[in-house]
Amino acid sequence: MSKMVEIRWHGRGGQGAKTAALLLADAAFSTGKYVQGFPEYGPERMGAPITAYNRISGERFTIHSNIYEPDYVVVIDETLLSAVDVTKGLKESGAIIINSEKAPDQLRDKLKGYKGRVGVVDARKISEETLGRYFPNTPMLGAVVKVSEIMSEEEFIVDMESSFKHKFADKPHVIDGNMKAIKRSMQEVQIV
Amino acid sequence: MAIRDRLSGNEAVAHALKQIGPDVMAAFPITPSTEIPQYFSAYASNGEVDTEFVAVESEHSALSACVGVAASGGRAVTATSSCGLALMWEMLYVASSMRLPIVLAVVNRALTGPININNDHSDSMGARDSGWIQLYAENNQEVYDNTIMAYRIGEHPDVKLPVMACQDGFITSHGIENIELLESDKVTSFIGTFNPDVRLLNPKHPVSMGPYSNASYYMEWKCQQAYAMKQAKQVILDISKEYANISGREYGLFEEYKMEDAERAIVIIGSSAGTAKATVDSLREKGEKVGLIKIRVFRPFPMDELAKALGHVKAVAVMDKAESFSACGGPLFAETRSACYGIPNAPKMINYVYGLGGRDVHVGCIAHVYSDLEKIIKTGDIGETYRHLSVRE
Amino acid sequence: MKNDYVPIANFNELAGWKEIFPAGAVCEGGTAQLFNTGDWRTMIPSYAEEKCKHCMLCVPACPDASIPIKDGKRQDFDFKHCKGCGVCYKVCPFGAITLGKEDK
Repeated sequence: MSKMVEIRWHGRGGQGAKTAALLLADAAFSTGKYVQGFPEYGPERMGAPITAYNRISGERFTIHSNIYEPDYVVVIDETLLSAVDVTKGLKESGAIIINSEKAPDQLRDKLKGYKGRVGVVDARKISEETLGRYFPNTPMLGAVVKVSEIMSEEEFIVDMESSFKHKFADKPHVIDGNMKAIKRSMQEVQIV
Repeated sequence: MAIRDRLSGNEAVAHALKQIGPDVMAAFPITPSTEIPQYFSAYASNGEVDTEFVAVESEHSALSACVGVAASGGRAVTATSSCGLALMWEMLYVASSMRLPIVLAVVNRALTGPININNDHSDSMGARDSGWIQLYAENNQEVYDNTIMAYRIGEHPDVKLPVMACQDGFITSHGIENIELLESDKVTSFIGTFNPDVRLLNPKHPVSMGPYSNASYYMEWKCQQAYAMKQAKQVILDISKEYANISGREYGLFEEYKMEDAERAIVIIGSSAGTAKATVDSLREKGEKVGLIKIRVFRPFPMDELAKALGHVKAVAVMDKAESFSACGGPLFAETRSACYGIPNAPKMINYVYGLGGRDVHVGCIAHVYSDLEKIIKTGDIGETYRHLSVRE
Repeated sequence: MKNDYVPIANFNELAGWKEIFPAGAVCEGGTAQLFNTGDWRTMIPSYAEEKCKHCMLCVPACPDASIPIKDGKRQDFDFKHCKGCGVCYKVCPFGAITLGKEDK
């Protein structure tokens, strides 16, 4: 992959959109890519809409701006669909991936006529069943890798495992749950 | 072999400082530079560095402590942003006039008001005349490299001046990017030891530093400082060359990007230079003769070199990420235009103040600037020289 | 530019900016001795040895350390540095110090 892939994350403060963008950058870096992972900063408030970004490319790049025409959009919180223009600039050749228990077709009418692919994964259910708490960002990470194919699933799983071992060195019990969450979301994501 | 990694700009600076191992870090937290002392204090408490970490009560105290350390013959470092730098103001002048090679990691952020935490260059541009060397970085790699070079530049006997190693708040400080790190032993041998010829803690040679000076001496000492800043230009080039030998990365006073046959150019500082390079690439694909100059060293200002680099260009836009409220343009514009004064067929020149308080600058914004330059060349009419980019009318 | 210690003797108002040490550092200790502040005097103390009990009250009171001591006894003033402030005259309990007009 030499072409640059650009991803925009929409979440609410506290849901881990920034962490997810940084983890994705980490994983893509491990597969030899050039990466950027960065949040759009403002006053940090729990629950307020926040945006984070990824650029991933096989070639070196220099651009330092927000992303206006993303290939993929990830929506970590379904309630943002009515609050934020999540499909703004989203390429029709790309996809939007939403955390929801609904089917993709049930969400389409909230996407302002977006004609590209719509992916859905129930990150709440997966998170609660694998981690025992609501941390939607890890399942969303699995879903976006599956849908965007920015790296092979096998490589991604190996990288995430080593990344979690590093990140959660002092709480190894959460590594298993996070890995299960990622694998399940990769299997369960529906894309139409 | 370089170590391939991915780090945020703040992580990169903290990592460079870990490899350098200054004697003292004195710092006070302020967004977006907070992470630098935060990471570094962890290294200090874990025993990964043999550095005394001083948690002071303000930025004024942080730099005061650094002045004490450097006057005593130690390597000192601090980090700050925005109003933190403003609170250091008095001590900035003390540090530079006492000729103390302190390194200050500046994570550029807008000055209030309205209160704003995002990036522009108003903090360090305000300090441009405080007698500090100023190095600016486009990305995480450059701020890592500049931080390592900063000690060598500042401590050089021909220079003996403090150095600000600046990067753009959030854009590079909090963004993760690929980076190549040096092995720590390479950094150690590059950095060497700091052996100032005069220091307070030397019982064999008692010395008084920072005394009062009246008019009969003051100008002589200011003249020394001015001379040191002139000398710094060659020292920066020499040390950058030496650094290239261990890193493979070459740095000058500024970087010329596709300038050889450029008819239109912009002059720019910091992270937006990367975005501008992407713009140049896409315009070049359409056959447009555009290029850019990215200023790395703003103090000392590379006046003659810049004039030479811009001599063949027809029109130039100078990009200022800081207002100077001079009513006639920003600081980089004033100096760039001054550099080109008197050269034959000097390029037509306009100023754009851009990106204040985190206003995002994307490829489209820069393309707009190049298209303005095209109009100027076609019509021969410069029009308004002092403009603001991406502002709602 | 010199980077070694510059002797204080090189400091004078005729020295060029390359001759004086960077940053105004004074590279010796006790350099106040080199300045003949006695020149500034308009009043001058004098000391009547026969009235002096060598109580030493005047010695620490002198702001210019201009009252030397030898073998436990105070000596005559160091007029190279005494500025004639008169503090010694005020503190002497025995009238051993008088203050008069300087007659240069």
